[in-house]
Amino acid sequence: MARVVVNVPASAKRGEVIEIRTLAGHAMETGFRRTQTGELIPRDIITQLVCTYNGVEVFRAELHPAMAANPLLTFTTVATESGTLELKWAGDNGYVATQSASITVV
Amino acid sequence: MTSRRQFLALIPAALAAGEVSAQLDPNIQALRAAALEAAVRKITGGKPVRPGKVKLQVPPLVDNGNTVPLSVSVDSPMTSADHVKAIHVLTEKNPQPYVVSAYLGPRAGRASIATRARIADTGRVIAIAQLSDGSFWSDTVSVVVTLSACLEDGLI
Repeated sequence: MARVVVNVPASAKRGEVIEIRTLAGHAMETGFRRTQTGELIPRDIITQLVCTYNGVEVFRAELHPAMAANPLLTFTTVATESGTLELKWAGDNGYVATQSASITVV
Repeated sequence: MTSRRQFLALIPAALAAGEVSAQLDPNIQALRAAALEAAVRKITGGKPVRPGKVKLQVPPLVDNGNTVPLSVSVDSPMTSADHVKAIHVLTEKNPQPYVVSAYLGPRAGRASIATRARIADTGRVIAIAQLSDGSFWSDTVSVVVTLSACLEDGLI
């Protein structure tokens, strides 16, 4: 089961730049490693992370095998209005994970 | 637990894997350099990349290449007229140059991202930022890696 963590401040002033920290539990198998018997282990990674703020996309990232296991991504956005931040990860072998966090803007 | 019998049975396969490493291209350095150049060209579309504006922070000495913390920040007002559209991170010695491509907009407020990468070997790490006016800026940091990522058997 996909396990993801999102850290967003619970409240912020209008116009303040907030930091969003995301972490997804995933081995990020590169596709370059071999087993003991010399067979190539197939690639299995998260390829994309999209962050939407009340339905508007504010951040998107494309991930490659060179990302460390359990990919951590930290980015920023401007707190414009109260609502929810929805994060969606997608990857190889049909991997999909979503997580949302709500923020109150005062 | 691997018994002696199982271990001995693995030897022919291990030898076969050894042949694979012997077949690695002797010009691997040149191939990696060409791959990095191709990746940069794909990002920029042939436009010049100037050093400056971008600040890439990577520890200069990395003990474990499997998890290298890195952060990129770009000097930009992040208004709708002048903002950073994308930040790309590339490495010189990995089997593939790409690490991460982040697409931002004026709603990011500040052009800074942080993540963790795998770095295969001692070499350069490059961050390229694409600005809304179409210009490209970069920063390059040389890192020393003591324990390589990706390929534990040293097939670099």
